[in-house]
Amino acid sequence: MSEPKKIKIALAGNPNCGKTSLFNALTGMRQKVGNFAGVTVDKKTGILFLDNKVEALVVDLPGTYSIYPRRIDEMVTFDVLANPDNVSHPDVIVLLADASNLKRNLLFCTQIIDMGIPTVIALNMMDVAEKNNIRIDVAKLEEELGVPVVPMNAREGKGVDKLLKLLSSAIAKPKRSFIDMQKLYGDAKELSNKIPYSNEYVAALLAVLHKELNDFPEEKHQLIDEWVAAKNFVAARFQGEEVLQRYNSINRLVRDCVNEEQKENKSLETTSRIDKILLHPLWGYLIFLGVFFLVFQAIFAWAQYPMDLISSGFSTAGNYLHNLLPAGMISDLLIQGVWAGAGGVVIFIPQIMLLFGFITILEDTGYMARVSFLMDKLMRTTGLSGKSTVPLISGMACAIPAIMSTRNIESWKDRIITIMVVPFMSCSARLPVYTLLVSFAVPSQTVFGIFNMRGMWMLGLYLFGFISAIVAAFIMKLIIKTREKSLFLMELPIYRWPRWGNVGVTMFEKAKVFVTDAGKIIVAISVVLWFLASYGPGDEIKTVEKKFEDTSFTSQYNSIDLDAMRQSEKLTHSYAGHIGHFIEPAIMPLGFDWKIGISLITAFAAREVFVGTIATIYSVGSTGDMDMNKLRARMHSEINPQTGEQVFSFATVVSLMIFFALAMQCMSTIAVVRRETKSWKWPMIQLFYMTGIAYLASFITYMLLR
Amino acid sequence: MYARYLLCSPDMNKTVIPLSWLRKGDKAIIVSLDNSALGIKLMEMGCMPGEHLEVDYIAPLGDPISVRIGNYLLGLRIDEAVAIKVMKQ
Repeated sequence: MSEPKKIKIALAGNPNCGKTSLFNALTGMRQKVGNFAGVTVDKKTGILFLDNKVEALVVDLPGTYSIYPRRIDEMVTFDVLANPDNVSHPDVIVLLADASNLKRNLLFCTQIIDMGIPTVIALNMMDVAEKNNIRIDVAKLEEELGVPVVPMNAREGKGVDKLLKLLSSAIAKPKRSFIDMQKLYGDAKELSNKIPYSNEYVAALLAVLHKELNDFPEEKHQLIDEWVAAKNFVAARFQGEEVLQRYNSINRLVRDCVNEEQKENKSLETTSRIDKILLHPLWGYLIFLGVFFLVFQAIFAWAQYPMDLISSGFSTAGNYLHNLLPAGMISDLLIQGVWAGAGGVVIFIPQIMLLFGFITILEDTGYMARVSFLMDKLMRTTGLSGKSTVPLISGMACAIPAIMSTRNIESWKDRIITIMVVPFMSCSARLPVYTLLVSFAVPSQTVFGIFNMRGMWMLGLYLFGFISAIVAAFIMKLIIKTREKSLFLMELPIYRWPRWGNVGVTMFEKAKVFVTDAGKIIVAISVVLWFLASYGPGDEIKTVEKKFEDTSFTSQYNSIDLDAMRQSEKLTHSYAGHIGHFIEPAIMPLGFDWKIGISLITAFAAREVFVGTIATIYSVGSTGDMDMNKLRARMHSEINPQTGEQVFSFATVVSLMIFFALAMQCMSTIAVVRRETKSWKWPMIQLFYMTGIAYLASFITYMLLR
Repeated sequence: MYARYLLCSPDMNKTVIPLSWLRKGDKAIIVSLDNSALGIKLMEMGCMPGEHLEVDYIAPLGDPISVRIGNYLLGLRIDEAVAIKVMKQ
């Protein structure tokens, strides 16, 4: 048996022309999501087995209106198609065109055909075209374009068989040209002779954009640079002229092949009617608020049930493992370090899946584009764009899925700023911390007859986080420089029903990507934190253990108190305890003592761990059976031995609230930012700038209130 | 600042104006586009001279706007719409 022949197929086309549907129809669940080399643009690949024993690797390219890119994701499409050295450079292109909107789609189609790579056109959305009385003479279109054309409706899988049959046969290189190549790019003929697998059009495109390519060999760069210098080739000179010429060809072609009755376009009329409500100055915003209240409710409240299950499941399994494994360091490492870390990864899955379920539904139906449309003006005053709305709102539940959802923001600058400010939004992990601190410092009294004072403080903290995000975004807009101009310019797709299969696939893929990519970092940091909290320098921990083995000491207390005391003493003698002491001079100006310092360090695992650590230090029991009233009473009576003052004074507690509102204290956020920006640079900048601001703000707060 | 695009015509309806001047429901024909990267991008998205368009919606805060062109709806900001010069129908 010989190895099956392997080929590469690329799916390309305009945005909103049904590329995802066709990709799913071709590859089913045999697909994989990764990144394109060097950029954080989702690369979806899948395997397709063709009739003639050929195995095809299908890659889904980002949608674009033109081969000339204006954004990072469109650059990827250019790179794959024009650069023969790109790992994904296809043997065959499946080019999607929206039959209901043929003229605009044909611009990109003619560009691709001119590149001379074997191409098949999948004429999608035939159903929508028919509904709106657009009749297309497919045979004529095929003849005019010089490439095979398959009419289809990818959503319902119609026409996919015919496409597969066609892909199994040999496809010739197209020879037709839609522009006056000689006049526009005639000189490029000479360059194309030097670069293998290129015609004059590809050569001209490479001359314009070769500096932006990944994996383009040095000698070719040199060849092109020499040619550009010799011919005095000006990159942008012909682009406008090319577009005009293409539309001239396209207009002629459309006249011959498309018979459009001058009736009203039903799909657009329906969409217009729905827009009348969804973009209404009052109803539009009310519905927007309603929709996002639902999304927020889902990731904030509904996700809590599966999260509790995961959390108790992991701790039950941990206890079981603890009894199973022989006691010792290895067992502790596995259970309290690795297993607890893995639990800390899995715990995010419900929120991620719910958020991406909603996002995919909103995108599929076309509502997401309207959200950007409604919010763009408002968001732009803060330096962001309409597309930052979803990540910011989601950030109020959890920064992890929120940062993952910034992939939909095409402008690099808007995306980075959104990622950098999302963690300021008060997430659900801050809630237990705020609850403890507010209930400790603020009396539960009613103000203005209806409002509870504590509730007002909570609301204030949420607002404070939101305002911090907005201010930070505004400042970053001035600092971060980019060549890329932020454009709105987007198609508002017609309203359609969501494709439920697509919703399911996206939810699953997003969860998988988070576990495999960010998960490793989270487990690693979790192990380090476990080590710091469980081991100490020299034999300090052993001394503590010995003390609690001495029956003359232990007989004075009951076993529950004793266990709490032992945990407390172990923690204070651990490396974390020593670091707490070590950083005390630095956090003293904020009103924090070394015990709070320890809690700030352990809270890096997740903010809510702060509450558990404080409880452990003050020997009121571990997180499981903690009594909040007991903890508050204990905090009240805590006196600083040096000054004789109360440790948890009003000033200190408010300073702590401010610190938690602003500081970057979440290892999972760092891991996910690292994944989404593909470098340690941005998560580190974020860690230092947020924590720096938190330090300053807490310092000022403490000084003012003391 | 748009004066240079105003043709001297006694009939105000035959004046060439930027798309951003149109109101909701107005219909127009595209006359020209700015010779800029944005202008080319707009052409690539179907805003060709000679195409008919209709202002379908203006966002509640006055920006962006949604324009029906060809068989689809294009959303664009006011400062992007300035790049399209139209003649009102």
